[in-house]
Amino acid sequence: MHGFANPARFLRLARILTIPLLLAGIVVTLAALGWGLFGAPAERLQGDSVRILFVHVPAAWLGMGGWSAIAVASLAELVWRHPLAGIGARAAALPGAFFALLCLITGSLWGRPAWGTWWVWDGRLTSMLVLFFLYCAYIALADAANRDGANGTRLPAIFGLVGAVNIPIIHYSVLWWNSLHQPPSISLGKSEMAPAFLYGLLAATIGFSLIFGAVVLMRMRAILADAQAEARLRRRAMEAVDG
Amino acid sequence: MVENLNHWSFVIASYGIGVIGTAVLVLSSLLAMRNAEARKDKARDR
Repeated sequence: MHGFANPARFLRLARILTIPLLLAGIVVTLAALGWGLFGAPAERLQGDSVRILFVHVPAAWLGMGGWSAIAVASLAELVWRHPLAGIGARAAALPGAFFALLCLITGSLWGRPAWGTWWVWDGRLTSMLVLFFLYCAYIALADAANRDGANGTRLPAIFGLVGAVNIPIIHYSVLWWNSLHQPPSISLGKSEMAPAFLYGLLAATIGFSLIFGAVVLMRMRAILADAQAEARLRRRAMEAVDG
Repeated sequence: MVENLNHWSFVIASYGIGVIGTAVLVLSSLLAMRNAEARKDKARDR
C-alpha cells in the first residue's frame, strides 16, 4: 500500500488506468442494461418491474461500497498517515453519494408497482437515506477541512470511520426488523436468484464498479493537480517576494 | 392491494435516471480532471 504513497508513482499508474477502466465499464454496463431491458424474462410475481433490479442493486452495493472505501481510507490516513488516503476518500464521496441517491430513487420507482407505495419508513429504506445524508455531511466537512489546509483532514477521517457503523445496519436491517423489502437473495457462495437474473446482475455490478473506479481516479487526479498548481503558484509568489 | 400499473414506465424511468445520472457524473469528473491538469500545466509554464 505504501508503494503508492508517492503521488508521482500513483499518477503514472492512474493515467494508464483511467480511460481503459471507463471504457470497459461503459461497455459492460450497457451490455448488462441491454440484457435487463430486452433479454431477461419478466418475473412471475413482480412482472416487468423486476428489470429495475439491474440498476437498483448495483447502485445499492456501490453506495455502501463507497462508504466502506471512505472508512478504510480514513483508517489508513489516521493510523499510517498515508498521503493519498484522504484524497482517495474525498474522491469517493461524490460518486458514493450519487449511487446512494440512485438506489433510493430506483427503489422508490420499484416500490410503487411492487408494493403499491413509493416509500415506507422501515429499517432498510431509512438507513439508506441516512447513508445519503452522511455522504452530504462528509462532502461538506471535507471541503471545509480542505480550505483549512492539511491540519483539517483528521475531522473528515474520524467522521468517515464513525459513519461506517451505518453499513452493517443497512445490511442486516431486513433481518432485524419487519420490512416490505425482501431479505438478501445473494450471500457469499449462495444465491436464490435464477441464472437469467444472476449473471446479468453480476455484469451490471462489475460494469458500474469499473465506472465508479474510473470516476474516483479522475477525481483523485483533479485534487492532486489542483494541489500541485496551488503549490507552484505559492512558490512563485514566495520567490517574487524574496527576489 | 397492488394496482395494475404499467411496469414499463417505471422501468424506463429507472434506466433513464441511472444512465443519464451516471453520464453526468462521468462527464463532470472528466472535465474537472482536464481543467485541473490544464491549470497545473499552466502554473508550471509561467
